[in-house]
Amino acid sequence: MIWNEEFECMSPADIKRVQSERLKKLAALVYSNCKVYKDKFDKAKVTPDSIRSIDDIKKLPFTTKIDMRDNYPYGLFSADQKDVKEIHVSSGTTGNPTLVGYTKDDLKLWGEVMARSLACAGAEPGDTVQNAYGYGLFTGGLGVHYGGLEMGLRVIPMSSGNTARQLKIMQDFQPKLLTCTPSYALYMAEEAKELGIDPKKGNWKVGVFGAEPWTEKMRAEIEDAWNMLATDVYGLSEIIGPGVAQECPHKDGLHVYNDVFYPEIIDADTGEAVAEGEDGELVITTLTKQAIPLIRYRTRDVVSITYEKCKCGRTTPRISKIKGRTDDMIVVRGINVFPSQIEHVLLGIDGTSPNYQIIVDRQQHQLDEVEVLVEVDGKLFSDEVKQLEELKRKIKKEISAVLSIAAKVTLVEPKTIERSIGKAKRVIDKRQM
Amino acid sequence: MKIKQISVFLENRKGRLYDVCSLLGKNNINIRALNVAETESFGILRIVVNKPEAAMDAFNEAGIVARLTDVIAVEVEDKPGGLADILKVLSDEDVNIEYMYGFVEKSSDKALMVFRFDDVEKAAEVLTKHNVKIVQEQGVREL
Repeated sequence: MIWNEEFECMSPADIKRVQSERLKKLAALVYSNCKVYKDKFDKAKVTPDSIRSIDDIKKLPFTTKIDMRDNYPYGLFSADQKDVKEIHVSSGTTGNPTLVGYTKDDLKLWGEVMARSLACAGAEPGDTVQNAYGYGLFTGGLGVHYGGLEMGLRVIPMSSGNTARQLKIMQDFQPKLLTCTPSYALYMAEEAKELGIDPKKGNWKVGVFGAEPWTEKMRAEIEDAWNMLATDVYGLSEIIGPGVAQECPHKDGLHVYNDVFYPEIIDADTGEAVAEGEDGELVITTLTKQAIPLIRYRTRDVVSITYEKCKCGRTTPRISKIKGRTDDMIVVRGINVFPSQIEHVLLGIDGTSPNYQIIVDRQQHQLDEVEVLVEVDGKLFSDEVKQLEELKRKIKKEISAVLSIAAKVTLVEPKTIERSIGKAKRVIDKRQM
Repeated sequence: MKIKQISVFLENRKGRLYDVCSLLGKNNINIRALNVAETESFGILRIVVNKPEAAMDAFNEAGIVARLTDVIAVEVEDKPGGLADILKVLSDEDVNIEYMYGFVEKSSDKALMVFRFDDVEKAAEVLTKHNVKIVQEQGVREL
């Protein structure tokens, strides 16, 4: 079903009118309520009055994750804190985390776009969803939860982990929808088989998988293992969380709700728009958000876009699956990791920055494993085992505190980390996806 | 009183111990005492050699992480209870041992043991007080 036919099937002329109206209001809002944006506008010599249609968006400055970090915690808010009803925090590149906030209207918007997404995937009111995205500061769990409530699903708020319990609940309540990271879906299927449970035997209809990049091969494996349709959902906490774009059963790109999230695809180096169908960095403007509206936010995700009408009837543009990043971020078990965060941890251990390397691996149908190799230089080396073990333990603990990831820490001899043109390669991704 | 021990960081990798030992051999350095502390993923080789400075130079040049540590080598009566006698002295005087190991060779009828203490000065004092014979640096070089 199409949850919001008015906006999801709008004619190009009408959507442009809506976007233009909303952008005008947005420019005025951030200019008067947010000092950071006022300064950005002034610096770019653009006033809200000069924004007359959506095409004028090109005049506006970009917003980056660095802006979010530098203006932590409240600098990018355009709403009063008393009107902020919920906040979520995700990891930043270094130092400050990324804080996002929602007003009552923002939460309503989140429920709306996630309802559109669940419906787009194939959910019907009355269906049961087993929501195995993490609940908490991570936006995955609550995003699906609000969307499920909005569209009238029966939501099982499982959160992630505790696989044996997940399988028990599935058997008892026969949900039609599964929502989690794609690698967790494969992991659960594998665990089910180990326990003698046939994951195919269920009432499954569709899965809404996201929070990490995945491939067509993984899709085929999930569909085969669970006997369900596997669809891709896209989102990022800075914009709203999950619910920015979603695949319909035709699995031919993710529909972006462009009445509220205006997408542009740009050349990451020049900032200029690339042609339809060409790969570029996805930039999103939140047209109606209140708490932290973002103008031309650089997602760093590489996608292509098409404006062709989809066979499902929606006229919303569709983005491809994420094809890469324009920075060095990696996604591990659905968590965004920047090598700079690991570097920051090591720097904090004793003031030096030893050479390091992050190895990410995933065995067939298992979860991601992270190993951090740290070169032991003369300064870090101790002739006592307990001190080196303590060093390892400390690094592991700090990484876990900053990233919420249990990494294996391995101390290695100097110069064992492979270097290319004198520079160490920071991330080795061995995952077969 | 104190002698120099060299500690070398070793990854648990095939051939690493060989690399280190053959480097010493090439530089005509003789190993007097040796001990390997191992963990799941790395090891620490501890050695007492006849030419510690030359050994350190060779390690530094080869990019092998090594450091000098002060240890004490003592003569132990080569008879039942010989080591226990010394340990009793240390225990009674509240001296903490980080680790210990034996020498490769022995001089006369005494066995030689290397001790690493958290407080080397105090340990030397205590051992001297109780007439435990401590091997001098020169003695190690000439062994």
